[in-house]
Amino acid sequence: MSETILRTENLTYTYGAKTPFEKTAVNNVNIEIKKGDIIGVIGHTGSGKSTLMQMLNGLITPTGGKVYLDGKDIYANKKELRSVRFKVGLVFQYPENQLFEETVKKDIAFGPKNMGLSEAEIEERILKAAQFAGLREELLERSPFDLSGGEKRRAAIAGVYAMDPQILILDEPTAGLDPMGREVLLSQITSYHNASENTVLLVSHNMEDIVRIADKVLVMNSGKAAMFDTTRAVFSRGDELEAMGMRLPQITKITNTLRQKGFPLSEGILTVGQAFDEITGYLKKEGKL
Amino acid sequence: MEFIKAENLTFSYDVEDNQQPNIPVKVINDLNLSVKKGEFLAVIGHNGSGKSTLSKHFNGILLPTGGQILVDGMSTSEEDNVYKIRRKVGLVLQNPDNQLVASIIEEDVAFGPENLGIEPERIRELVDSALKAVDMYEYRTHSPHKLSGGQKQRIAIAGILAMEPDCIVLDEPTSMLDPKGREEVIRAVTKLNKERGITVILITHNMDETVDCDRVVVMDKGEILTEGTPHEVFAKVELLKKHRLDVPQATELCKRLRDFGLPMETLPIDTDECIKFLEEVLS
Repeated sequence: MSETILRTENLTYTYGAKTPFEKTAVNNVNIEIKKGDIIGVIGHTGSGKSTLMQMLNGLITPTGGKVYLDGKDIYANKKELRSVRFKVGLVFQYPENQLFEETVKKDIAFGPKNMGLSEAEIEERILKAAQFAGLREELLERSPFDLSGGEKRRAAIAGVYAMDPQILILDEPTAGLDPMGREVLLSQITSYHNASENTVLLVSHNMEDIVRIADKVLVMNSGKAAMFDTTRAVFSRGDELEAMGMRLPQITKITNTLRQKGFPLSEGILTVGQAFDEITGYLKKEGKL
Repeated sequence: MEFIKAENLTFSYDVEDNQQPNIPVKVINDLNLSVKKGEFLAVIGHNGSGKSTLSKHFNGILLPTGGQILVDGMSTSEEDNVYKIRRKVGLVLQNPDNQLVASIIEEDVAFGPENLGIEPERIRELVDSALKAVDMYEYRTHSPHKLSGGQKQRIAIAGILAMEPDCIVLDEPTSMLDPKGREEVIRAVTKLNKERGITVILITHNMDETVDCDRVVVMDKGEILTEGTPHEVFAKVELLKKHRLDVPQATELCKRLRDFGLPMETLPIDTDECIKFLEEVLS
C-alpha cells in the first residue's frame, strides 16, 4: 500500500458568503490521494472541479475544512504556501494565454528561478522540461507568441513541469487540440508519470482522455465528491453519470445499452479493443463465426 | 443552386524571419469547392490543415492571394461587394467570450440589425425570432456573462441570425465547450438548416459532430483530401487516421468487426446505427 500524499478533510469553499450571491462551490469533500496515483477528475461545468483543484495547490483559501500535503496542513502557515505551489504544479485551462516572457526559454525558467535554483540547475530543468513537453530545442530562443497553438500549449506545460512538482494538476490540457495533438500530449503525460512516479490529476470533459490514462476517477457533482473509484467501476455506473449531466465514451454507451437489452457483455467496457474482444468471443462461443 | 464557389483559391502569407529572406507559406493551395444553397457542409481537418483560413474567406475577412471566392455570384475580392456579402454570410468564431458585446442578451442580438439600420419594430421581431430559434428566448433579459459556454455560443449564433443571413459559417464553434454545450450548439445549427433552410458550413475537428450533415470535406495541407456523405467519408478509416483524424468509436468498432469477417453493407457512423447493427449480429 503506497502512502497518502494528499488528503482533504471536510473541504468546503463558499463564494460570496453572506451575500445574495452565496454559492457553495465545493461542499464537504473528503478524498485521499496516494503517491503515484494518476487520477481523472470529471464533472459538468460548474460542478466545482476547478475550485477544488485551486484549493489543492494553495491558490484559494478554503472557507471550511483542511488540505493535508504529506501530512501537513498547507493553510496552517501562510508563509509556507509559496512552497506548496512548487510541490503541487497547476496547469490552468488554456495555459498558452499565460505566456509572457521574451523567449520560450525565459518563460520556462520563470518557475525554477523563483525557487532559487542555481543557473546550472535552471538550464538543466529547462532542457528536461522542453523535452518532456515535446518542444524542439530551436524553439527555445523564439518568442512564445510566434509559436503555433499546440506549441504554445506545450511551452506553458513545460513551465510548470520545470518546477518538478510532486503533484501535477492539469485542467483540460487537451481542449482545442486535434486528435493527434491530444494523443501526443496524453502519451507524454503517461510517460512522465511512469518515469517519475509522481502523482497526476487530470481534469477533463473528454471521457476518452480519462479512460486512456487514469487509474482512478473522481466525479464531482454540485460541489460534492459523488464517486471516487477505479475508472472501470465509475464508468459502469453510466446511468448515474448521465443523470449528473456527463456523457459516457461512445463505446461504453453502446455496450451498456446492449447489456441492458440482455446481451452478455461486461459492465463498464471502456475501449474499442475490449468491446471487440467481447463481441467476437461471444460470437465464437455461439458458433456464429 | 450554387451559393458559394471557391475557384482555384490560394492563400499564402510571408513569414518574417531575421535569418532568412521572407518565405511565402501556402495555407490554401489551388482549392476548388462549391456549396449549394441550403446545404449542410462540414469541413474537417487537423490543426494547421487550412480549414480555419478557408472559413475566413467565405465572407471576405481574408481575401484570396490567388483565384477567387464567389458568394451568390459576387467576388469577395471586389471591395464594393464586401458589405453585401457579409449580410449574406455570417461567421461564428471559436471563443464565445470574444463575440458578445452588450450587457443584456437581447441587446447583444440586436447589435447586428441595429447597425444595418432596420426599423425598431422589425428588430424586435428579428431578435425574438432568432432567440427562439436557438432556444434562448427565456434568457433574453439576462446578462450574458453568467451563461454557460454552450449558451453563449447560441447567443452568438442568434446575433448572426437576426441579420437574416443566407449562410452561417461556424469556425470550430464547439472546441471550447463541454460535451453538453457541444450538443446544444450542434442541435441548434442542425435545426436552422433543416427548418429555415439556412446554408451551414461547420468547421470542426470533431468527427462526431458531422454525422448529420449532407457532405463532409476533409482538408489537409491546404487541399481537399477527400469528400462525400458522412457514410462515404467515415468508411475511409485508414486514410483519416493517417491524416491525424479520428473516426467515432462506433465506426472503429464496426470496421474492426468487418475486417474480422462480419458482413456489413454500410459502416455505422453513430451510436444508434451501431447498436442496431450489433443487436442483429448478436441475436
